[in-house]
Amino acid sequence: MPEQLLFAMEVTLNGLMAGVMYSLVALGFVLIFKASGIFNYAQGVMALFAALTLVGIMDGQVPFSHLINAIFGTEVHNFGWHVPAFLAILLTMVVMVGFAWAVNRFVLRHLVNQEPIILFMATIGLAYFLEGFGDLMWGSDIKKLDVGLPQGINTAIDDVTFNLLGYGFFIDNLDIVATVIAIILVTLLVLFSQYTKQGRALRAVADDHQAALSVGISLNMIWVLVWSIAGFVALVAGIMWGAKSGVQFSLSLIALKALPVLMLGGFTSIPGAIVGGLIIGVGEKLFEFIVGPMVGGATENWFAYVLALLFLVFRPQGLFGEKIIERV
Amino acid sequence: MKLKLTSMALAGALAGVMAAAPAMAELVFPSLSYRTGPYAANGIPFADGYADYMTLLNERDGGIGEEPVRLLECETGYNTQKGVECYEATKGEGALVYQPLSTGITYQLIPKATADGIPVHSMGYGRTSAANGKVFEWVFNYPANYWDGASIAVKHLLDVNSGDLNGKKIALVYHNSAYGKEPIRTLEELSKKHGFELSLVPVDHPGQEQKSQWLQIRRERPDYVVMWGWGVMNQVAVQEAANIRFPMENFIGVWWSGSETDVLPAGDAANGYKALALANPGGDYAIYEDLDKFVYSTGKAAGAGDQWKTVGYNRGLYAAMLAAEAAKEAQKIHSTKALTPAQMRDGMEALEMTEDRMAGLGMANFGPEFKVTCENHGGSGVGKVAQWDASAKEWKLISDWIESDKDVIQPLIDEDSAAYAAESNITERCN
Repeated sequence: MPEQLLFAMEVTLNGLMAGVMYSLVALGFVLIFKASGIFNYAQGVMALFAALTLVGIMDGQVPFSHLINAIFGTEVHNFGWHVPAFLAILLTMVVMVGFAWAVNRFVLRHLVNQEPIILFMATIGLAYFLEGFGDLMWGSDIKKLDVGLPQGINTAIDDVTFNLLGYGFFIDNLDIVATVIAIILVTLLVLFSQYTKQGRALRAVADDHQAALSVGISLNMIWVLVWSIAGFVALVAGIMWGAKSGVQFSLSLIALKALPVLMLGGFTSIPGAIVGGLIIGVGEKLFEFIVGPMVGGATENWFAYVLALLFLVFRPQGLFGEKIIERV
Repeated sequence: MKLKLTSMALAGALAGVMAAAPAMAELVFPSLSYRTGPYAANGIPFADGYADYMTLLNERDGGIGEEPVRLLECETGYNTQKGVECYEATKGEGALVYQPLSTGITYQLIPKATADGIPVHSMGYGRTSAANGKVFEWVFNYPANYWDGASIAVKHLLDVNSGDLNGKKIALVYHNSAYGKEPIRTLEELSKKHGFELSLVPVDHPGQEQKSQWLQIRRERPDYVVMWGWGVMNQVAVQEAANIRFPMENFIGVWWSGSETDVLPAGDAANGYKALALANPGGDYAIYEDLDKFVYSTGKAAGAGDQWKTVGYNRGLYAAMLAAEAAKEAQKIHSTKALTPAQMRDGMEALEMTEDRMAGLGMANFGPEFKVTCENHGGSGVGKVAQWDASAKEWKLISDWIESDKDVIQPLIDEDSAAYAAESNITERCN
């Protein structure tokens, strides 16, 4: 097989894997938009905050220690214990549920029936608040995140492809784990929305707020629920991306990778987030592989948006988005 | 009524005394820092080191030449526009020298500061050809610049290859920005001179996703990778290099890709990674005793007080020390304690850092010896190579000061600065 074709196959596989990582971020946006029509600008920062909280809990870090020490003249930094990853993930989820409750209680409740742009602006404020709050709570240094996920080349795939094709493919173990987790996550989300009472209530609210309210569905409960689930998705995304780069403030920028995925897959479709992620991942990686060398490289950031834009021109609601019908 | 008159008389007398007394001047040093945003992890240690050195001078010596120092910190978020806003907001406060800690901001400030007559010190970053003092009167980039860095990295690779890089492949993984593109021209010239093949691998901001770049490196199998990264790009690159099993001892970063934060997230996988050093790492210097006594023990440390002895912190200390020593030179030249920016510039141009001088400051062998002149604003252009020891979690120096290849660099500096002089209508000085 020609060498260039083998390279292209390797790039395609890695593009698919990268796409899954983008989808993990995009899912959080979709969940909130689907249930409340809010484009949650804070989703990237939620991933950062969740990852910061997870590392802080695992390492036994005293929250707000800098503030406490400055006010009381103390020197407390660490509780001196190490919390196992699984327990720390559960505790982080408790924090994210608390965050969801606070968002609903102090922000969303006061903005019911406001224009979508007002709600969007509120999430911008929320993003900056959460970034500063996370900094104050856990500090701004880069933290190593180790929840036991495997990283590095998968030797089995390397060996098999080398024996079959004469060239060993590189696939990162972390990407394989991310793919498995994404599949489980999407399955759980679909099962939840199809087969549970809360899931059906969530879909009812997504279809028509007024109608859902009239049959006794609590909007407050739904919003807390959906923001909690988005918090969980943010935690998963934060763990996956944080394992690569360490947990640091640039983690919030992973949201930029989710935007073209949303444009392409649609803002209201969970499968759309996955398929959109895969298309963007493969598209940008193949474009970089084929066209990048001719134009000096570094094409991925802009090409993802061009690709999404192309889809938008022909299908404004995205691949899987609900068709927009305005009756006059 | 009598009481009121007496009070008024007393107040008048006091006001008269205050007016007659000499005004307490201050030496103002702006610090364009970034404690927030995606590059905060790199900005905080530098800002803390810079601030703590100035605090030390105030607490221990009463300032510089007994003139108190005032630090003006302004948050740029590593954003060029905010950096320019910080400059505009602080220049009227009597700012003596700007250290933007960003190549983008430095490029914007060069014409502004030149017009305003305020010196800029871009230590190891910024516009490389600013080393030519004949053209860049107000800009300094001692002790070394980007092109020195590129040459020092290649010289180190020559050292480990018995002086022969002919036929070797070197890949430059760089931040796709003005900063990251700086070494390309020099490396191209060096590849012609030494016969190595250079490939360019750009990484877009912020560098969180580098799969394509490292797959390319895996396919092309370069012998060495040189990195010009910043922020999260560094951590991801080190991790991705480990993922593809690229030999870490063949991976070398510029001094902006060689702090603890760049390697710690990758854990043991980062062991053996190399980076250039502008100043020595670690805390085995007498100045740290003074910092402990006058700054840390008294609760006056900047930020969270948890950055000292890191590479970034040491660099901030070093930058502040060079600024303070230049101010001392200026005070000596002009026989005055209170300084103007123009006098500060004179001090910077007369700065000579010797080993004795650094030892006297409690920073023996902390940085290189160099002498700034009217023609040379770039210093001696030397650097060391450090290697990360993951088990000890510390950088270990593996070379002495390595001199850059001036035969290659000087013509490039002359060419670039001549182009700037032509487009800006600058007549060369120092004749």
